[in-house]
Amino acid sequence: MEYYLQLFVNGLVVGSIYSLVALGFVIIYKATKVVNFAQGEMVMVGAYICFALTVQMGLPFLVSFLMTLFFSVILGLCIERVILRPLIGEPIISVIMVTVGLSTVLKSLVQLFWGTQIRVYPPILPTDPIWIAGVPVAPVYIAAFVLSALLFTVFSLFFKYSRTGIAMRATAMDQQAAQSMGIGVKNIFALSWCIAAVVSSIGGIILGNINGINAQLGHLGLKVFPAVILGGLDSLLGAALGGLIIGVLENVADGFMQQVFSLPGFKEVAAYVVLVIILMLRPYGLFGTHEIERV
Amino acid sequence: MRGKCGLFHTSYASETRFFQTGFQKLSLGVFLALLLCSPFFLSNYQVSMLNMINIAVIGAVALNLLTGCCGQISLGHGAFIGVGAYTTGLCTLAGWPFFAALLFGGLVTAVVGMLFGIPSLRLKGIYLAIATLAAQLILSYVFLHWESVTGGSIGMGLDAPVILGMSLDNDAKMFYLTFGVAAASVLLVANILRTRHGRAFVAIRDFHQSAESVGVNLFAYKLQAFAVSSFLAGIAGGLWAHYTMYITPEQFDIMLSIQYLAMIIIGGLGSVLGSIFGAVFVTLLPEFLGALAQLAGSFFPNISMYFLALREGIFGLILVLFLIFEPEGLAHRWRLIKAYWKLYPFAH
Repeated sequence: MEYYLQLFVNGLVVGSIYSLVALGFVIIYKATKVVNFAQGEMVMVGAYICFALTVQMGLPFLVSFLMTLFFSVILGLCIERVILRPLIGEPIISVIMVTVGLSTVLKSLVQLFWGTQIRVYPPILPTDPIWIAGVPVAPVYIAAFVLSALLFTVFSLFFKYSRTGIAMRATAMDQQAAQSMGIGVKNIFALSWCIAAVVSSIGGIILGNINGINAQLGHLGLKVFPAVILGGLDSLLGAALGGLIIGVLENVADGFMQQVFSLPGFKEVAAYVVLVIILMLRPYGLFGTHEIERV
Repeated sequence: MRGKCGLFHTSYASETRFFQTGFQKLSLGVFLALLLCSPFFLSNYQVSMLNMINIAVIGAVALNLLTGCCGQISLGHGAFIGVGAYTTGLCTLAGWPFFAALLFGGLVTAVVGMLFGIPSLRLKGIYLAIATLAAQLILSYVFLHWESVTGGSIGMGLDAPVILGMSLDNDAKMFYLTFGVAAASVLLVANILRTRHGRAFVAIRDFHQSAESVGVNLFAYKLQAFAVSSFLAGIAGGLWAHYTMYITPEQFDIMLSIQYLAMIIIGGLGSVLGSIFGAVFVTLLPEFLGALAQLAGSFFPNISMYFLALREGIFGLILVLFLIFEPEGLAHRWRLIKAYWKLYPFAH
């Protein structure tokens, strides 16, 4: 039982990072209807930038954290302006493939600068575990969970109450109507890429503190699809819950399969098996908008 | 036709004919004859490149039928090619004749493809792309972990194909097999596109609701597209397995799916000729980059160290540049070049 409880807690932490990455994904999809296959690579780039600033340049963690966020904003702006804007109105396969191409470019740039071996962050929080309900939990896990919960609250409030947030929702609803009401739709697009890059970077920095980082970090992006499809492609709450559910589910299913059927590595596909089932039963997810078409 | 300037179609049949003019027939004939003689004057290595191109053409034309013509995005074709490779390999290891094994591999892949095509009834666009992505990852997992059948991460060793007692054990003999199958696949897809089925596929791609309201059975035609496309992908996989004579799971990972999608985008979506251009381009790109790296290596000695990391990145960059600057692919550029020479020296 304790084994599963441990798996559950680990799943919650990994899931909270999935949620963060899914948040970026949903924000981009909501505002621009673009599906970003490079989300995992954006996580990786953020993690490596922060690594370079803290370890290789020796800056204090807080400073490099803020500088990484600044860099992410620039990265998001560049991606939107250079790559996505020329593709407005193109068919969906072009938009998918351009982000796929972007992901391989980002990945090879990271490998070019930092190689493929695992890099480890210096410990920032104390490493002594804290006992919660009889399970030892590292403080960095708790910090990760709290930080992503905090970010979700901030963004929910931002979308609900701030002027810009409302403008973003309006753009998501109907781009033409939003434009005719004086909303700069292009700015909204750029802003949503910035936010996505920032939350991805934060996810990457948290991951770097937990496991260290390597060039395979981008695979995390593939875990985001089950999470957002489960939650619903255009729902913030769905992204949060979907990430947590997928995180817990893959950890527990992995442990279960290993213990009962001695089947290794089920973690890699557990999320996708769930994904196929969801797509069959409820393609718009738990909280997504159900689009109705009639012939 | 002789003596007239331009082409005048008086019937639908004449408009959909493969060869509009005698010149087309002649140039294609010369090209094919040169290609068939090529093993005699090309080096072994060059013939092996031609083999890889032939196999890529089969896969690309298959994917283009599904994604380019029918509008159903598949991120799982790398895995479908893997299914064909493993099935054909298992059959020949069990002592089946090569062509029977190849056909059976194609059929099994068609069934697997249709299985993952079933969601296309309810899903489209991005949802279908993610469903096929799931197919890719689940099948990759099966290749890796069903060790009693696929050999797991160690892989599976195979023999060269034996046809009528003759073993195709060198590149030149293999070339005629791969070329024959590739030509047959191209002809098959080009012909499908001229029939009622092909027009239904294009109608579904262009606007599924109008297609349905003029009586196209969406589900049946989508499944057909998945079936034909994965059948050909399986054939490509079977050929590949017996050409390289060794298959491992990581050959059929998501990167392969992306490469095939890149081929049809670089070549031209929905164009048979474009699939061929794309297959040639993407297969030869690493060779070209390798030559470039060697050349650069004589000026900057350290560049080969970074080259491996850069190679995938350059591939991605070329894909991005094509999407931004040449979204209709090489086939479109080819048409423009032909039109230019037709009118030369009068530009208008």
